Amino acid sequence: MQYAVKRILLGIPTLLAMFTAIFLLVRVVPGDAAAVILGDQASAASLEALRIKLGLNLPLWRQYTDFLFGVLRGDLGVSLVTGRSIMDEALRVLPSTLGLAAASMVLGLGIGLPMGVMAAVYRNAWPDYVGRIVSLVGLSLPAFVAGILLLLVFAIQLQWFPVIPLGGGWSDSLNSLVLPACTLGFIMSSYVARVTRSSMLNVLREDYIRTARAKGVRPWRFVVRHALANALLPIITVVGLYFGTLIGNAVLTEIVFNRPGLGRLILSALNTRDYSLLQGLMIVFAAFVVLANVVTDILYGVADPRVRVGR
Amino acid sequence: MVEHIQAPVLDIRGLRTEFLIDGQWHAAVRGLSLTVERNETLAIVGESGSGKSMTALSILGLLPKGSGRIGSGEILYGGQNLTRLNERRLRRIRGSEIAMIFQEPMTSLNPTMRVGEQIAETIQSHRRIGKREARELVQALLRKVGIPSPEKRMDDYPHQFSGGMRQRVMIAMAIACEPKILLADEPTTALDVTIQAQVLAVLNQLKAEQGMAMIFITHNLGVVALIADRVAVMYAGEIVETASVSELFNHPAHPYTEALLAAMPRVDVKSAAIRPIPGQVPSIQAMPRGCAFAARCPLKIERCEQDAPRLAPLKDAGLHRVSCFVRNPEAA
Amino acid sequence: MRMNAMLALPASFYRLMGRGGFFGWLGLALLLAIVCVAVFAPLLSPYDPLEQSIVMRLMPPSAEHLFGTDSFGRDVLSRVIYGSRVSLLVGFVSILIAMTVGTIIGVVSGYIGGRLDQLVMAIADVMLSFPSLLLGLLVAAVLGASLENLIIAIAITEIAPFIRLARAPTLALKEREFIEAGRALGFGHVRLMGVHILPNLIADVLVMGSLWMATAIRTEASLSFIGLGVRPPTPTWGGMIREGFENILDAWWLAVFPSIAVLLTVLALNLLGDALRDATDPKYRKR
Repeated sequence: MQYAVKRILLGIPTLLAMFTAIFLLVRVVPGDAAAVILGDQASAASLEALRIKLGLNLPLWRQYTDFLFGVLRGDLGVSLVTGRSIMDEALRVLPSTLGLAAASMVLGLGIGLPMGVMAAVYRNAWPDYVGRIVSLVGLSLPAFVAGILLLLVFAIQLQWFPVIPLGGGWSDSLNSLVLPACTLGFIMSSYVARVTRSSMLNVLREDYIRTARAKGVRPWRFVVRHALANALLPIITVVGLYFGTLIGNAVLTEIVFNRPGLGRLILSALNTRDYSLLQGLMIVFAAFVVLANVVTDILYGVADPRVRVGR
Repeated sequence: MVEHIQAPVLDIRGLRTEFLIDGQWHAAVRGLSLTVERNETLAIVGESGSGKSMTALSILGLLPKGSGRIGSGEILYGGQNLTRLNERRLRRIRGSEIAMIFQEPMTSLNPTMRVGEQIAETIQSHRRIGKREARELVQALLRKVGIPSPEKRMDDYPHQFSGGMRQRVMIAMAIACEPKILLADEPTTALDVTIQAQVLAVLNQLKAEQGMAMIFITHNLGVVALIADRVAVMYAGEIVETASVSELFNHPAHPYTEALLAAMPRVDVKSAAIRPIPGQVPSIQAMPRGCAFAARCPLKIERCEQDAPRLAPLKDAGLHRVSCFVRNPEAA
Repeated sequence: MRMNAMLALPASFYRLMGRGGFFGWLGLALLLAIVCVAVFAPLLSPYDPLEQSIVMRLMPPSAEHLFGTDSFGRDVLSRVIYGSRVSLLVGFVSILIAMTVGTIIGVVSGYIGGRLDQLVMAIADVMLSFPSLLLGLLVAAVLGASLENLIIAIAITEIAPFIRLARAPTLALKEREFIEAGRALGFGHVRLMGVHILPNLIADVLVMGSLWMATAIRTEASLSFIGLGVRPPTPTWGGMIREGFENILDAWWLAVFPSIAVLLTVLALNLLGDALRDATDPKYRKR
């Protein structure tokens, strides 16, 4: 338990570092931000007004503290274009993005783990080769390409799924979720299958596997409880590292499948030069990434008793 | 000469175990035959590379898949030939009737599983047993191998135990189903001398209590003296001499055995008198035609390089068998 | 020690690739083919990629236009061929920058140690966990869309892994005797770092470079797709896929062909990188 608390506490400085980095990045815009937004033809008065509104006339350190305290209060600022609270906008679309990410993780692990285990157990037989080729393709496809190809085949050609997500009740939402989740799930399963395979191969060489065989343990039990249980550590590492990529891929997938979500918000922020919105969204992402790291670390403790219980 | 009335519990005949090296199969165990009687401790002694561990792994079919195989020979146990059994039936024998413990207690236990679970697993793999009954059995086993406070310790993980304690846990795991034969592959080699003595005492005690037979593999003659009833000396994949412990130490017959005894550091012999054996064990890829020990043997005659001797009983001591043309002309 | 590997690079390279197996060679061949396509683009492409034709808009694949035409009547095949130039250029240059800058920072940081090292590692860790696509997106958005900025943005997302890669062996080597000996002989720090530590890293850095180049090209395609890449009308695969996406209901060929191009390129790099990594991994043993 105290291990978990420790990991959470360690996440806080990382979070702060990320916030600072985002703050600095956005302020690096060369030239005058107000002019960039309003264009060359704007009058000096409106430029000045915008600068004051953005807080750009204040010294940098003052801007930073305002920004930081705002974030800690949950106030991510206000969109330059719509004037609405960024936090509200984000919260509105978050469930959709999170739902997609969750479905993808389920698929990614649900397909990837067994694929990797089979590849390791049946090494150099056909499950191994098939698994490796499929994984290689999954790793080489950018998410949006995979999404577009799936869209073309299953939604447009075969018409099994809607091209544009339907609103409405449960079954419609689920229907619209299938293709994007499959896109992301397939890509994730490739990463998972790969690391599962190599980690299992390492573990299967260990002495305690030989002991388990000598004890007469039933074959599938020893694959799961002895081999896989010990192979989990590198797998957890990779899944944790993948989380960042997953978010990036989710953004792309949302664009391709026209789903409401953080992805679309980012696109509109880019198109309208809404730096305020952009900054706010990045903050949200950063928070999630740090959360994922903390969860990963905690999972280490669960998977490896040596980390949890000292002696 | 008194013949044994009961049949031996394990009877190995002409075992040949092969390794795949560079695409070719080479024999690491070459035509090995030995028997183990009930409740007897047979020690297999030899240098590293003599094939002792391979023999034990062959018995249980634990050779590395793809790079090891049994080429020929029979391993008779309980009326069955173990070399002919498929994996499913072998699994039922492993752990329950024939068990094995290994050399490295540090790495031979699953680090993510509680010790009590691992011991119970041996039992659960072979018969149905309730959780509470399992716990009690595990505690009794831990007590039997001399681990204090078993109720608490059974929920600890392997990394929380010391080396000697871990070996005791391994032993508890192995005897959980009261096997008829225990294969011990250098179980004390990686332990301190004082701990070694303790573990050996535990093994002896269990053997007496459960009436099980033990094959104890080691390269340490001192340990042999402490634990064995009979000894088989292995060299280059073959048995060159078998005898009772006292016979072997007092009247060694094979030149290799003599050399081993002479090379052994002893408290009662000056270290200047210790003579290491010159030369090296022939590589399994290049076995000589005649006797494998000929190149290093002080008694070598011409016949030794032409023909390979076989194990045969000595003239006046039937249970003492030697494989040497010089020492035992009957080994034709 | 990899000194030998580095000094005898040409000869040992073939041995390495032999151990990498069939797929490694396949990847290399595929990559070279794509490079040739990029280099000989003017010779290979049947039409001028920028040439528009109102008459021939949105034509499906035919004998005249093997990959069809886009909404401006431009030949898709030619655009795909020319698009390879942008992708390979961006991928290669950005990785080169990231490799160089990252390795130098990693070696210097590991060598100097102490608080500076901790700070650098903390920054690298932060960069590493942030989604690279979003990082690239942010940088590109802030800098503005152009070829140079795209290269810079992608390079920035790829620096962190090289910093870590370079730092680990530096830390280990720092304590070795030959460094002590060198210092006793009065060698300058720069010389020690450059001549003694660096060559040991080169093999690992190159392997990682080829793997990350695959990621770089993926990121480039993604950023172009979003619209942050090179400005039209220059053909880029990502941009073409975007156009294909906008016309997906009518003109499937616009999206499919550049997609296949991206897939093949990234696949080739992955195959090559995997083979190189397997061949240089000391734990790798072939039966």
